[in-house]
Amino acid sequence: MTLQVVTANRLRDGDVVYLTAEHGWALWLDEAAVAETEVEAEALLKFGEAAEKAREVIRVYLMKVERMEGKLDPLSARERIRAKGPTTRRDLGKQADNGFKEHN
Amino acid sequence: MYQYDEYDHTLVRERVAQFRGQVARRLKGELTEDEFRPIRLMNGLYLQLHAYMLRIAVPYGTLSSTQMRMLAHIARKYDKGYGHFTTRQNIQFNWPKLEDVPDILADLASVEMHAIQTSGNCIRNVTADQYAGVAADEIEDPRIYAEIIRQWSTLHPEFSFLPRKFKVAVTGSDHDRAAVRVHDIGLHIRRNTKGEVGFEVLVGGGLGRTPVIAETIRKFLPKRDLLSYLEAILRVYNQLGRRDKLLKARIKILVQSVGAERFAEMVEAEWEHLRDGALVLPAEEVERIRAFFAPPAYETLDVNQPAFEAARFEDRAFAEWCRTNLAPHKTPGYGIVNISLKGIGEAPGDATAEQMELVADLAERYSFDEVRVTHEQNLVLPHVKLTDVHAIWQALKPAGLATPNLGLVTDMITCPGLDFCNLANARSIPIAQRIGKCFENLDRQYNIGELKIKISGCINACGHHHVGHIGILGVDKKGEEFYQITLGGNAEEDSSIGQIVGPAFAYDEVVGAVETLVETYLLERRNGERFLDTYRRVGIAPFKERLYDAH
Amino acid sequence: MTLIRREGVVEDPWTFVEDGAPLPKGASVIVTLERWQTDSNALLAHDGRLGVRLKSDQTADAIADALAKFDLVALEFPTFKDGRAYSTARLLRERHGFTGELRAVGNVLRDQLFFMLRCGFDAFALPDHAMSEAWLEAFGEISVVYQPTADGRPPIATFRR
Repeated sequence: MTLQVVTANRLRDGDVVYLTAEHGWALWLDEAAVAETEVEAEALLKFGEAAEKAREVIRVYLMKVERMEGKLDPLSARERIRAKGPTTRRDLGKQADNGFKEHN
Repeated sequence: MYQYDEYDHTLVRERVAQFRGQVARRLKGELTEDEFRPIRLMNGLYLQLHAYMLRIAVPYGTLSSTQMRMLAHIARKYDKGYGHFTTRQNIQFNWPKLEDVPDILADLASVEMHAIQTSGNCIRNVTADQYAGVAADEIEDPRIYAEIIRQWSTLHPEFSFLPRKFKVAVTGSDHDRAAVRVHDIGLHIRRNTKGEVGFEVLVGGGLGRTPVIAETIRKFLPKRDLLSYLEAILRVYNQLGRRDKLLKARIKILVQSVGAERFAEMVEAEWEHLRDGALVLPAEEVERIRAFFAPPAYETLDVNQPAFEAARFEDRAFAEWCRTNLAPHKTPGYGIVNISLKGIGEAPGDATAEQMELVADLAERYSFDEVRVTHEQNLVLPHVKLTDVHAIWQALKPAGLATPNLGLVTDMITCPGLDFCNLANARSIPIAQRIGKCFENLDRQYNIGELKIKISGCINACGHHHVGHIGILGVDKKGEEFYQITLGGNAEEDSSIGQIVGPAFAYDEVVGAVETLVETYLLERRNGERFLDTYRRVGIAPFKERLYDAH
Repeated sequence: MTLIRREGVVEDPWTFVEDGAPLPKGASVIVTLERWQTDSNALLAHDGRLGVRLKSDQTADAIADALAKFDLVALEFPTFKDGRAYSTARLLRERHGFTGELRAVGNVLRDQLFFMLRCGFDAFALPDHAMSEAWLEAFGEISVVYQPTADGRPPIATFRR
């Protein structure tokens, strides 16, 4: 089945984040915990929703990804833009951050 | 310009404190996101793709230099050095942190600005003709009434949880630059047979999934009755507008379902109870507000300004810019300068902090301290001496603000689209950028003449595609971005909704399709016809034929 | 449920009686509009005070002629996003002259209290977990208003003249 990760926006600053295997939130998609089955996905989503209740994040949901040469790549245009930043301004969003190059 | 008195100041300051408390309660967990969402929306705070987005009200599009400088300050301090001017004459910042928003609002309050009711199911920021007060064909300055409506609608207790958002626009000229026919309520200032000035009241216009041109429910409303009549319309809508389905909740659906005539009867019946009540608008109040919008101290000048004419004669680039971007002013010797935010390859409506500061400086020096924001996402210096126009142009040029394309094919309305917006299905800005590059050649643009392209990244139609001469709508086809093209829309006094030309185009095909449409127009056009005129004369068939034969 | 008024938390002397249930003797009772419409004679014979509860799609007109019989009208907010009761409240106060208790029930939240008060509500039924003392601050957060409404507060325009 399709690989899935849990994503959200951080409550305080709105940044796009991904749920990690340690149940923390990472800025970089590559650090996300990947669910390979529907059961794993539901379990991850539960952790995400708990973090929403704990006011860490908002708008928690599952998104589809694929593995390309060891890196995670979102399947939808929307999630690719969320993971990188606006396609019209390379100086904005995650792609403008030094950490982005290390992780992507 | 309107200036706050102690009461207006108090209200906005208290609203900031209230929102500060609401944010604190959200961060402490006393409010769930479901409870907080409508609260933050009523202060213009969205959650978009990458971050929060704060929409700040620019009432009827009028800004002072001080206010423009504050927007630049906010862009620099709390955002990423730029802002985006919107089709509702507002400005949006794309990257603020929730924790910073109360401070941003406090900064805004210090210059008589706010974000009140820039979102949510309430009466939104009121818009008006960007040439208000300076247009030669104007009956009265619509900002007087827009300000009166702004005050009446601010924190209106009965109408803060309407079925859906509610947009009001006012225009004072026969030529409608404020697109009043695609608003929930459009007010068109008219003179009746007795010579009295009042309003034609149009209701139920709007874009979105179901585009509708507003219908007139009252041909002439006296000024004294403005607020009581609005209250009657809103009360009927608040009680009878549909709340079961989001897509059916706008007033246009109610007006359509009962018919404009029946709707007008319901409003009139409600109004009978209100018309002589506490909302009567006294003439003194109108005059008090009018005084704020009194014309500035223009000099008495000759219509002919030889120095200006000489500059135009000597400098072809300047002359070209004047041809499109300089509009006639009602006062001899003055002009209206339009500053295009549609630089070729730029994001339409975006301005950097430095650009905002430059415009503020120019307004202070040359335009009686005043700037306007247009619903077509450009800026205006409304009161410029013709002899100063050349200096302004020279100052704008190095800042990338002297693009001579107002009203031409590259002056596109464009929503933020999938690059920023949580609701979008497809990108809008890069489509605009590609079209801009394709038509960059000025002679080509002049040859094409007036052509309004409007691009929306989803059916919510923030990019007004339904009323574009060429409308482009982004749709999602199995995760891929596709674009549906409509033809023949128009937002002005002879409004029309565009017709879908055929199957949607892939991202890479859109520019080619637009070129084909333009070529078809050039082949079909007769003397002096605009794109819209040709389309109205020949219909959709020739466009369709060439578009789908060619592709 | 906790009941507050502008001045603070108050005891609730009223009882909501479900349709079909007997009316407690001598009690102040709130009934549904449907019960009032089908059983007004029995209700008028009741030996206690009478209140009526309207759903958000039931209008002021439905009880306008009988208002003198009620000491209380409760208006329901099925969700705080449903703003119909704001209009109903103003109509009851401003058009029909209702002077009894106007109570907001249902999904009543702190950040709507200010608007409710302005529309003529004077009693607010809160969910039990609500922080009712802190909520009282909501009434006073905005001290100036632009609109003349049922709460009788003079709008800003009156100070300017």
